[in-house]
Amino acid sequence: MIRSEVLKNLIPVISDHFVVCNIGLPSQELHLMDDQPTNFYMLGTMGLSSSIGLGVALAQKQKVISIDGDGSVLTNFGTLPTIANNVADNFILLIIDNGSYGSTGDQPTYAGMKTSLTNVARACGCENVIECDAEDAVSTMQVALDSNKMTIIVCKCESGNIKVPVIEMDPVVIRDRFMRELESRNA
Amino acid sequence: MSEIDKKIVNDFVNNKIEFVTTVPCKQLAGVIDEIDSNDSIYHIPSNKEDEGIGLCAGAFMGGKRSAIIMQNTAIGVTVNTLVTLTQFYRLPLPMLISYRGELGEPVACQVEMAVHTKALLAQLHIPTYHFHNEDDVNELDAILKHTFMCNKPVAILTDATFWKGY
Ligand SMILES: [Mg+2]
Repeated sequence: MIRSEVLKNLIPVISDHFVVCNIGLPSQELHLMDDQPTNFYMLGTMGLSSSIGLGVALAQKQKVISIDGDGSVLTNFGTLPTIANNVADNFILLIIDNGSYGSTGDQPTYAGMKTSLTNVARACGCENVIECDAEDAVSTMQVALDSNKMTIIVCKCESGNIKVPVIEMDPVVIRDRFMRELESRNA
Repeated sequence: MSEIDKKIVNDFVNNKIEFVTTVPCKQLAGVIDEIDSNDSIYHIPSNKEDEGIGLCAGAFMGGKRSAIIMQNTAIGVTVNTLVTLTQFYRLPLPMLISYRGELGEPVACQVEMAVHTKALLAQLHIPTYHFHNEDDVNELDAILKHTFMCNKPVAILTDATFWKGY
């Protein structure tokens, strides 16, 4: 199973929640399959999905899911100690770990070699770290949502991409509708 | 903690800044202590400045005004994030920056980044204010209001003369 199939399966479970989605193909796939104001698409800035999501979660009460990739987490490794030490129980970090830099042509990452992101997250002090196979992504996400505990899910899947259009929406529109939806749900 | 540290954090609080990320600097140690002990500010140290700017972007979208405290040596690290996140999505971000490498600097290597600091900020079209004399701090309140009016990253450089050596 590849990332786009994992995302497609997850949509019924995550669609009602606020999602900060990683740059490149993950955002384009989510945009194609389930565009809505609760999605914040990153159009640039590799690596910061988890940081942005944690910031949103710490600032208000709604649940926030950051969808990240193995390559992006490797780019911003400093995020894991920050997450561990600033617990937000309304925050879930989903790392879709396909062992490759998908958006740039599936070059292998170290996460597909000797480095276990699950072990790194635990070593950084993160408390609820669950590694699952792609087939179990939906049930694992549901458990994490029901737990009301900050959770990091490392979902292992195969590398590979589908053809998706780029996002043409203006970044200010993406940001504005996301903020308005958050504000109204928190009201 | 000095009066200047207290005044800076008071201006933050009066401008409803409730989320501050910091990467340490000796010059800014007093401000960082004051941020940490202030009950109305959530202080979240970050490991790298671009990570911190990501946290600030998220907090602002979540409804809390945010700010970053950092050294000028890290401006190079933040260029992509400032451009593709803060500016592209039009997010306000006060950046309180220690301007290392100016008069009084004992460490030669700091000068290497100091000579690029204003040029980089100018190239990025980031409004930049330079606190050199003690009285310059009296502009901080207006600078913060300006930042949240125009939805831009704004740099406040604070040099060693302003901090009276270190
Ligand atoms: Mg990947």
